[in-house]
Amino acid sequence: MTAALANAGSPDTTPRETPPMAVEMHGIVKRFPGVVANDGIDLLVERGEVHALLGENGAGKSTLMNILFGLYHQDEGEVRIAGQPVRFHGPRDAVNAGLGMVHQHFMLIPRFTVTENVILGMEGPGALRLDRQSAERRVAELGEAYGLRVDPRARIADLPVGMQQRVEILRALYQGGRTLILDEPTALLTPQEVEELYLILRRLTDAGGTIIFITHKLREVAAVSDRVTVIRRGKTVGTRQTADTTARELAELMVGREILLRVNRSLARPGEPILIADNLTVQNANGLALDRLSLNVRQGEIVGIAGVEGNGQTELVEALAGLRHPDQGKILLKGKDITGADPHQVRIAGLSYIPEDRHGRGLVLDFSLTENVLLGNADDAPFSRHGRIDYSAAETITRQVMTEFDVRAPSPATPASSLSGGNQQKLVIGRELQREPDFLLAVQPTRGLDVGAVEFVHRQLVAERDQGRCVLLISFDLDEILDLSDRILVMFNGRIAGEYESGRVDRAELGFCMGGRTDEESTLVA
Amino acid sequence: MSLNPSPATASGGRRERSERSRWIGAAVSGLLSSVGAVAIALLVGAIVILISGDDPLVAYRALFRGAFGGVRPLSETLVAATPLIFGGLAFSLAFRAGMFNIGVEGQLVLGGLAAGWVGAQAFGLPKLLHLPLALVAAMLVGGLWGAIPGALKARTGAHEVITTIMLNYLAARISAYAVGTNGPLKGEAALPATDPALLSAQLNRLVPGERVNVGLLLGLVCAGLLWYLLFRTTFGYRVRTVGLSRGAAAYAGISWGRTITLAMMGSGLLAGLGGASEVLGLQGRYYDKFSPGYGFTSIAIGLVGRNHPVGVVLAAVLFGALNSGATAMQSAAGTSKELVQILQALVILSVAAFAAVARLQIGQRIMSRRSPGSSGSQGGDRAAAVGMEPDLEARPAPPVV
Repeated sequence: MTAALANAGSPDTTPRETPPMAVEMHGIVKRFPGVVANDGIDLLVERGEVHALLGENGAGKSTLMNILFGLYHQDEGEVRIAGQPVRFHGPRDAVNAGLGMVHQHFMLIPRFTVTENVILGMEGPGALRLDRQSAERRVAELGEAYGLRVDPRARIADLPVGMQQRVEILRALYQGGRTLILDEPTALLTPQEVEELYLILRRLTDAGGTIIFITHKLREVAAVSDRVTVIRRGKTVGTRQTADTTARELAELMVGREILLRVNRSLARPGEPILIADNLTVQNANGLALDRLSLNVRQGEIVGIAGVEGNGQTELVEALAGLRHPDQGKILLKGKDITGADPHQVRIAGLSYIPEDRHGRGLVLDFSLTENVLLGNADDAPFSRHGRIDYSAAETITRQVMTEFDVRAPSPATPASSLSGGNQQKLVIGRELQREPDFLLAVQPTRGLDVGAVEFVHRQLVAERDQGRCVLLISFDLDEILDLSDRILVMFNGRIAGEYESGRVDRAELGFCMGGRTDEESTLVA
Repeated sequence: MSLNPSPATASGGRRERSERSRWIGAAVSGLLSSVGAVAIALLVGAIVILISGDDPLVAYRALFRGAFGGVRPLSETLVAATPLIFGGLAFSLAFRAGMFNIGVEGQLVLGGLAAGWVGAQAFGLPKLLHLPLALVAAMLVGGLWGAIPGALKARTGAHEVITTIMLNYLAARISAYAVGTNGPLKGEAALPATDPALLSAQLNRLVPGERVNVGLLLGLVCAGLLWYLLFRTTFGYRVRTVGLSRGAAAYAGISWGRTITLAMMGSGLLAGLGGASEVLGLQGRYYDKFSPGYGFTSIAIGLVGRNHPVGVVLAAVLFGALNSGATAMQSAAGTSKELVQILQALVILSVAAFAAVARLQIGQRIMSRRSPGSSGSQGGDRAAAVGMEPDLEARPAPPVV
């Protein structure tokens, strides 16, 4: 098993012509209903390199890798492994072809030991008897060979995240993986663990292995990759030698350079600050999620928060919505201190909140539309009095929401689960806006929606602003931020890393700031 | 969805019609599936009867006559149904909050004990006060016994299935001690029982000479009240929200811990009342081990009745009928006594199978609708709605923005 990598990287004995690429993907197209996730992507990965796949959230990286790993099948295009055209019917085929995938969220069984996890699904033909000792020995050998030192007998639940990731890598190697796909492997790691991961990847490629490294962080591209392919909106926009490119160029490639078209949006006339967050600090398991963050949103403006996922946006939203008690700092809504208030109190103080996850949070799918309109409002007039819900009032309001926000459903009694995603989102937005909030917190409000629904939602947000309300928009879609915001704040590492006025933003500059870079002209490789 | 993308973006009008028909279909199938499940169970039961060499038609006719053919059979059916109505309602209330209350049995036992003891005391009170006092005692004790696992789960995350099972044992031991030899609540007679309840604390018989009593009416009133509570009050709304989606409940500012504790308390209260009804309406005094496992059958009642008060009443009557018709079937068709238990088991299995199929279909519907960008935490929430068990791994909702 240790020999797996060596095999792959040992054409040394024969005089080399042009060795085939480890992975070739040509003209990959993958359509989902309403979305073209991949629109003719080319990706060429040479043997023995670390190839970074760079792109914003939603650019199509994950879809592409899922196609490569046999989880999806492309609508058009061709995949070749080591020069041979392949057609995978599932991950097992991909594994047999020498691919291995390390998912962002580990697929390990916490109660099992390292060895048990590594050999899962590969227990061998004698299924009744598990040769634990020799399996453990092989896992240890494999770990030794690539610097993936981890105790084969430790239980996964007892290991830190960095170690768990090593187990994932070990498993891919054990299964004969010669080309490993790492999906945002640093997302959950501490800086030290990241450094160790880089070393491991180097060893793997030195031994002839190939790495595809999915990321949206420029720093990582610089630190670990030999070459980088940039994807934007489902298309390949370029492949570069990492040594020959600059952070600025990559940022431009990643976020695009075109001038925005501003539609139907007048200039903001901001008034008094409505929402003030002062020195918010939130600690979570991985350290400081929010680091003395301050911001304010004024009446009649849309403030957009740009940033790569995982830079504290979740914690900020939860703190503002009353779902999380900040460790330090203050939140004022219309001058009223709402720090530490529960979600219902915050709503009464004037917040409406469009959550990112409409299925898990914004809606109860088994409830009717009326019952969903009650969500968060059930205790307040006119929806209830003395603990008794007035369903006819609720239904009247539901009908209004359905008309005003174009929620297409047969009746208010329809279960929310039977609506399309766009109509579900319109229901959530309608419910939140019919309360005429002072402050609207909109998190990824158009996620997963088709173009028509996106436009509708955007128009609603601008209309709210024009009525003198204030809107805080948090989105990982830079175009959405740029289209809608009067002011743009960039979040990085739990802080506001930059502030830009609408219309005076250079996309590349923004992408650059999102990547955590400030010295913009330096090349990537120091 | 990747393999066969659904035509999710079909033209508007057609789409709405198909949504509507699908929705009506779902409602109708929800109503019919329990009935259908019972029919299938009887069909399979007929095969069992055939195999054991008897005539299913004769057997079923006898079963029906034994359950509904006349005042006595009808009364006995309703007598058997009464504790199951209370227990089924108790189970349903907890289930609606996402709690799997296996502790109905213990709550019912202790409620019965409280009612039996209070009922046997010569307070010199008129019936108008004594009987309610005994019932309230049962509700308090049962409610407390139910609130314990609720509070434990809310505070520490201790799983209610484990804690309620343990509390069942504890309740049985308390009962055995209280009315056992030299027990503090034991009556004069040489029985593991309290003294007989005074007339002023007994639930009256409804028909002279028959055992069916006011307990049945009490159960029906409770069913109506529970329906109102669940579907017309803010508390019921909170209970149902918590049970279906913890994430949405948090979003709406509904306290999960408070809601499940109160729901479990209400559940225990109903169970305790069921014990009281059995003790004060039927037995006339509290006997140790008076319940032949009503609390456990109640789980099946809740399941078969789809945790809806109306469904629970119907399911309880069905099980009552099977019980009271059993003897007639045995003597008329010569089937064995255990056949009725087989039939009950078949009903439960069949209902469970229907629920599983429905869940599969809904699961597929969701899968076919998921867009590539949407996050997927739907599965668990839906399981609780359609299926039999609530999300047994009820973890805190993942922090999603």
